[in-house]
Amino acid sequence: MTAEKLLMRNFDRADSHTLEAYRATGGYTAWPKAQALDPAAIVEEIKQSNLRGLGGAGFPTGTKWSFIPKNHAGPVYLVINADEGEPGTFKDRYLLERDPHALIEGMLVAARAIRSARGFVYIRGEYVEPWRRFAAAVREAYDAGYLGRGFDVVVHRGAGAYICGEETGLIASLEGKKGWPKLKPPFPAIKGAFGAPTIVNNVETICHVPHIINRGAAWFAALGTKTQGGTRMYSVSGRVKRPGVYEASVAITLRQLIYDLAGGVTGNGRLKAVVPGGSSAAILRADEIDVTLDVDGLRNAGTMAGSAGVIVMDETVSIPEALMVVARFYAHESCGQCTPCRESTGWIYKMCHRIVEGRGTKDDLDKILDVARRGAGTTICAFYDGAVGPYISYIEKFRSEFEALIPT
Amino acid sequence: MSSHARVPSAAHAGLASPAQVTFSPAQLAEVRRLQGLYPDPRAALLPVLHMAQDTFGYVSLEVEEYVAGLFALSPAHVHEVVTFYTLYFQTPKGRHVVAVCHNLSCHLAGARAIIDHLEARLGVTVGETTDDGRVTLQSVECLCACEHAPMMQVDERYEFDLTPEKVDRILERLR
Ligand SMILES: Cc1cc2nc3c(=O)[nH]c(=O)nc-3n(C[C@H](O)[C@H](O)[C@H](O)COP(=O)(O)O)c2cc1C
Ligand code: SF4
Ligand code: FES
Repeated sequence: MTAEKLLMRNFDRADSHTLEAYRATGGYTAWPKAQALDPAAIVEEIKQSNLRGLGGAGFPTGTKWSFIPKNHAGPVYLVINADEGEPGTFKDRYLLERDPHALIEGMLVAARAIRSARGFVYIRGEYVEPWRRFAAAVREAYDAGYLGRGFDVVVHRGAGAYICGEETGLIASLEGKKGWPKLKPPFPAIKGAFGAPTIVNNVETICHVPHIINRGAAWFAALGTKTQGGTRMYSVSGRVKRPGVYEASVAITLRQLIYDLAGGVTGNGRLKAVVPGGSSAAILRADEIDVTLDVDGLRNAGTMAGSAGVIVMDETVSIPEALMVVARFYAHESCGQCTPCRESTGWIYKMCHRIVEGRGTKDDLDKILDVARRGAGTTICAFYDGAVGPYISYIEKFRSEFEALIPT
Repeated sequence: MSSHARVPSAAHAGLASPAQVTFSPAQLAEVRRLQGLYPDPRAALLPVLHMAQDTFGYVSLEVEEYVAGLFALSPAHVHEVVTFYTLYFQTPKGRHVVAVCHNLSCHLAGARAIIDHLEARLGVTVGETTDDGRVTLQSVECLCACEHAPMMQVDERYEFDLTPEKVDRILERLR
């Protein structure tokens, strides 16, 4: 069920971040193979593999790469999203610290596929150690001649802002501005960083690429479901026996992840709720965990795979308090450009707060639901929809718990 | 985390006065190297602001103006950028910054008790700096190390699986 490990295969080695260890375990063997392939053939291979973006949106990676205009004369950029910030997610931190060369090799292949001569890796500012590790690996890769021969990598540090994980916000931030998202279209593949066609991919997505080149699209596709190939890294936290990062097929179920891999539920031992894909994913009740964790499986269950940050809550957890904590996050991180997002995140946090403090009123819950629903889908970026997911699902699925806190 | 850090009464050691706001020749060379890494040199603004904060202690209006000059940008643009990001301090910060995560997984693991403990030990509330300028205390959103909740960042380092006793040991190391 857990399949073999691809992304985490070297994590047990103390020196896994070094070039020597990466090479000793088969690293940098995909790159020469990719060099023998046409860019279009690489894109086709990635399409056939059913690799889907692992940063949050789950978009098919090969298809995204094919959006780069053919015969574009100017520069094309590859931007790696290492701004990991989705609450409950910590996989990219492990990849940067423990297998930085996998990302570099994946970037080399991706850059060839989209004909890019320069890549940027945008690492969240708080990740100082991962940044040092990755920057050291980049230096090794230059010294070894993997980089600097037609492809350069610039390592860029962010400065603290969740919204810079959104790809257009990330691009604005990379350009030296505040990280305000932009309306799409134009999509980055047409007009992205510095006005040039740009592919933005998540760290984990790109770390998969060398494996697909080495072992073939069909093998990778077969590891997953019909519509999504491969494995992914699940970040599991909250009330479980063994919190941590687990690599497994995208086809395992949430129940298998919680009970077989993460060792089951702590607290009072009885499951109450799970957030399956980072805090922006709608919450699931204990009776809703027999779902596969692929993009479509969770979409059909009314939630999302997102970044695969799984937060587990046992029966002793207060759902209204949890929503208050989540609502505080969205109120704090809204970039403020769109009125519905800026205003609603602030008001909804205040209302959650007063409900938890026993000062809520009878119509607060319906007011929150109404305000949340009205703004959804009207904003520049998906941040607000990501806030609406928890607002609505926590209240709808655990309404009596909220009502119990409201004085009659 | 717009931390309105109370300006400590005691004079801070190691903080530059406005007159000292200039980079060394080696730092200026580094600024030019960073600017050369991007198709548009202005993209080096965030890295240079990190350098400026490390050098001058915080990003004062004088620092913003100085950095703006290095980029031929308006001070207003630089100010807008500085205020957008949480890692740039606009007022003096303590010699150490303790940032406790208060997001969901850390909340489930007792972050509130850790914050209460830190407030009591340091004699400040979140957002403030101790009178001796030693520590600025913050509470922040998910630092993406939720498997080790509750956790916090102390300057550049992540500190995992906190208990009050572990917090005390960490505080003892901060001078
Ligand atoms: C509010 C918001 C935050 C996001 N944060 C991240 C993030 O931290 N890391 C990430 O890779 N993608 C994040 N994304 C998704 C990116 O916009 C983008 O879809 C992704 O980086 C594309 O890479 P992928 O196709 O490889 O997943 C975020 C999206 C939104 C709307
Ligand atoms: S939806 Fe929210 S975060 Fe996104 S651009 Fe609008 S205000 Fe900013
Ligand atoms: S919730 Fe604290 S590190 Fe993620």
